[in-house]
Amino acid sequence: MNIIQALINGHDGSFRPKGLTPMQKLALRFVVVGLVYFGFAVIEGMIMRIFEVKPLPMIQTKQFFAIMTAHPLVGIFGSSYSIVFGAFLFLVPFLMKKPLWSFKLANWTFWLITVGTFVFWGAGFVSHYAPLYTLYWPLPADFSQFSALGGAVFILGIALVMLGVSFFVVNIFKTITYTPKGWDKQPSGALFASAIGWTGLRNLFRKKKEAHLVPLPVAAVARGTVDVAFNSGIILFTGVLILVYMVGSLLGFDLRRTAIDALLYKNWFWWGLDLVADGLVLIFVAGTWYLLATLITGKTLFMQNIARAALLVELVVSWTVWSHHLLSDQAQPAALKVVSGEMVTAFELITQGLAFFVTMATLWNARPLKMSNELKFLLGGLLGFALGVPAGIIQADVGLNRILHNTQWVVGPHVHVAILVGLSMTLYAAIYVLFPILTNGAKLYSQKLASIHFWAQLIGGIGMGAFMGMAGLKGMLRRTIYANGEFNVYMILAALCGALLAFGFLCFFINLVMSVGVKGVLGLFGKSRLDKDALLPAQE
Amino acid sequence: MKVDSTIVLWGQTLAYTVYCIVMILTVGWIGWRLVKPAKAGVKPAVFFTFVGFLTVLGVSLHLITLKTIPWVEPDLHRASVQVDRVFEIRVANHEFTLPEARLVIKAGEKVRFDVASDDLTYGFGVFRPDHTMVFQMQVIPGHKNDVIWQFHKPGLYTIRSTEYSGPAGIAMVLPDVIEVVKAN
Repeated sequence: MNIIQALINGHDGSFRPKGLTPMQKLALRFVVVGLVYFGFAVIEGMIMRIFEVKPLPMIQTKQFFAIMTAHPLVGIFGSSYSIVFGAFLFLVPFLMKKPLWSFKLANWTFWLITVGTFVFWGAGFVSHYAPLYTLYWPLPADFSQFSALGGAVFILGIALVMLGVSFFVVNIFKTITYTPKGWDKQPSGALFASAIGWTGLRNLFRKKKEAHLVPLPVAAVARGTVDVAFNSGIILFTGVLILVYMVGSLLGFDLRRTAIDALLYKNWFWWGLDLVADGLVLIFVAGTWYLLATLITGKTLFMQNIARAALLVELVVSWTVWSHHLLSDQAQPAALKVVSGEMVTAFELITQGLAFFVTMATLWNARPLKMSNELKFLLGGLLGFALGVPAGIIQADVGLNRILHNTQWVVGPHVHVAILVGLSMTLYAAIYVLFPILTNGAKLYSQKLASIHFWAQLIGGIGMGAFMGMAGLKGMLRRTIYANGEFNVYMILAALCGALLAFGFLCFFINLVMSVGVKGVLGLFGKSRLDKDALLPAQE
Repeated sequence: MKVDSTIVLWGQTLAYTVYCIVMILTVGWIGWRLVKPAKAGVKPAVFFTFVGFLTVLGVSLHLITLKTIPWVEPDLHRASVQVDRVFEIRVANHEFTLPEARLVIKAGEKVRFDVASDDLTYGFGVFRPDHTMVFQMQVIPGHKNDVIWQFHKPGLYTIRSTEYSGPAGIAMVLPDVIEVVKAN
């Protein structure tokens, strides 16, 4: 088979979309869209990397900041949320051994996130609405710099995504607790209590322990989903507030921006935002590590009761750490800085370190293992968080924050290493595990491309974060432009590492497309004739 | 030798680099050993020791910085600190307005920078001629934003907004507007 035929039909023709259940198709659609938006984020990231070396004449300053605004949102909502939600909407029923509560609602989640991301990305691209993802008041309502109409469309796109996210939350909790048609009545209250960790908490004070009704990875999904719910509520509320000012401006009213206290606003918005970075991401990742470790080894998780309890601790920690983002805000009370910003934040070192150790020990106790793609990427993901989390803890210190806040340190070694190495490599490991399950055993086109992707992602991700961090330590700020090449040595090296990352992603993308073929990808968007309650096709 | 941001960041660079090298080598070694057969497993005692180590590490980081970084304690108790000089600075329409064209400070003096914003959220950062940061703070509209600092090295310093306030904010740079002179 020549390359063109392989590209169109898949390299061995083993992938047949017609044989997929609606649930398999839906999960794969989420992955396809997630990877396409990851491609968007990679291209945007590379444009910014090049711009940081030398401002490009074809890109205006305001366009650069519009890219900077869209980049993390496309990466988190369009890419990570799509892949994670697609996987969890398949895995929760798979692990609970019952159908998804509502296939229709899951479909709505898919379309709302896909369309919503495109809407806010498009609004930023066209109107250059650029208040950055932090939306510090009153910048999002500063219509002397930004178009109110462009901003309103941008907020509408975010609201569509949040609506899809809310549907995901309902679907996950209903799937855990509901009774499928024809089944004996399920103990929905007990299932909910087990999922969110209430049962485990009560067990600490009881002689006769209650059994956990929900598997550990599902408990992780449920607890992370609690943070997803709070986060979407905060973002929706803030979006509506900003929208009021935008609509006012469009109707000719100049609403008083001092009506909103900028510090109070910053506190509630960071409380909500941090439920992503320091909440659901860490909880979902820990749950995914546990699932991957047990699937790779075929053994039970090391110290699983403690791991389960730690997920609950992480959930509570995630509600109380936001103040580390306000250590440089002098009006923020000192007690909040020390207790929430420093002490509670340091707990993340413990909870994430514990998840790292439990996963590693589970793998270690099952030696010898085959160094499969999923194991390689899992180790990469573990390393990414092992490097990225302490970099954040360092900055969550009153003394160090004074000289690091808003430098390239926080976005380099902390954010990008945690996301591009920690989170992304964990997601790739999950994709490699799910690929044969979701495609009914389609074969990967090239192991060589998978290996190139692994090394490019690992070296490119750590390298880019490291050079950004070095620039940050030398005083380079994260949200400005240096037109005179002040930090060019670091920025050129970071751009080269970024190019390696982009090359790795291209290898992965080509590998997947060659495995299933363009026809196969398009076939995912056709209707399945199989039962929508079935996760996998019936065995012949 | 007086401790300033250069020394603190040098220490941080050293500690974090060593940590990263050790961690990369550890995960690499684990990956290499995972494919080899072995009998011994991980004992729970090792796990509890590891968790104990992380707890000590998390708490000690802040205690160490509290005791070794000179600006931490005065920063947390700013209201009770007696200062030698106060500079009141206003920010509006993406421009700093300084009380004087050049702020002259004697080395070793305790200085309070009181920065107020009339519109957006900005940043207030002081940088050396080689672009390294001396310190920074956020400037929130409607709130008191003050920071106390002691400069020890004579020279010229630049003020720059360290927070994004829209594309117009990138020009908020005042080169060499702080002059630190030798104390008598």
